[in-house]
Amino acid sequence: MTEFEPRILALCCHYCAYGAADLAGSMRTQYPPNVRILRLPCTGKVDIAHIMRAFEQGADGVIVAGCLEGGCHFQEGNLRAKRRVGLAKRILEESGLERERLEMFNLSSAMGQTFAEIARDVTERIRALGPSPVRVAGCELRVVSWEASDDSSETKGGETER
Amino acid sequence: MIVASRKSVADLREQLAPYGRILIVGCGTCVTVCQVGGEKEVEVLGSALRMAFRIHGTPKEVLEATIERQCENEFIREIAGTVAEADAILSLACGAGVQALAERFPGKAVFPGVDTQFIGILEQQGIWAEKCIGCGNCRIGDFGGICPLTRCSKKLLNAPCGGARGGKCEVDPNLDCGWQLIYERLKSIGELDRLSAIQEMTDWSKSHEGGCRVIVREDQRIS
Repeated sequence: MTEFEPRILALCCHYCAYGAADLAGSMRTQYPPNVRILRLPCTGKVDIAHIMRAFEQGADGVIVAGCLEGGCHFQEGNLRAKRRVGLAKRILEESGLERERLEMFNLSSAMGQTFAEIARDVTERIRALGPSPVRVAGCELRVVSWEASDDSSETKGGETER
Repeated sequence: MIVASRKSVADLREQLAPYGRILIVGCGTCVTVCQVGGEKEVEVLGSALRMAFRIHGTPKEVLEATIERQCENEFIREIAGTVAEADAILSLACGAGVQALAERFPGKAVFPGVDTQFIGILEQQGIWAEKCIGCGNCRIGDFGGICPLTRCSKKLLNAPCGGARGGKCEVDPNLDCGWQLIYERLKSIGELDRLSAIQEMTDWSKSHEGGCRVIVREDQRIS
């Protein structure tokens, strides 16, 4: 039996965690490929609906990575994200998922090593928790892709299942 | 606005257990402003319920729709087609919205997705407070703009009870004493003499205590 490989979504702020992840790459620091990064303009952009949708579509864990407290490019986006993550944890728990599957981290763009450590820690933590109960219950991972339509002025969404 | 609060996913899952396809209907008015039943909350609850049903071995289809106002038939009409596809409706509107859906769709089971709490205002971001109990006979003007029936825990009209300490209510020390607020307010507008008037007893028959209220205005009727 092959070891369970968690799928973890990292919602990363453009001004810090995304830079840190980039730096980790430039420094050739190894971290598990289980963490898929999604860049956001600020963690203040994170909506609970985004987190829920990630779990619904098969994520085993979600991390929200924003600037150090007091260091948000938009002043308090990361503090708002922290509160939203708190509520999202409660809703996830009520839905039957472990609250530990969602965490928020704060780091600066200079902390490439820290990003790699977070990625390693979270991957191991989620691996220990096992696959998301949503996946166990038979969720198919839905990959949403956007394709150009015949009319080049518009785009349309297409969903494929795998 | 009408302020409501969230029901737990577990309670809703239990309530909706007998139904196959569920439609969550949000309302774009009061419950959107108090962030309990608007479009975003419908989306979050939709995901939560789909996951909860799946995890508990009873996967269900959960549809989502949000209309401008759930208390008006004109807007409810917009979702009639989607409602026809659902076995049950979960309304995230206030009690008026839930009942409006139930009246409009007699053949559908309708459930409240939120607990309607009170008529109030947003005091600070994240803090809502009750300001009106809808007594049907507003006398706020006599009290400097502060309602004693809502803000005084004992609903006193002719002076404070004397139990307040440091401006806080003896019923709940987290609450301001309504009568302290009334006194300060009347003092600031120079109308403390209003307090010497004797207020008559409240006619509760004009409130909900007199039964479900209906207002008929002939000038507004068109048929």
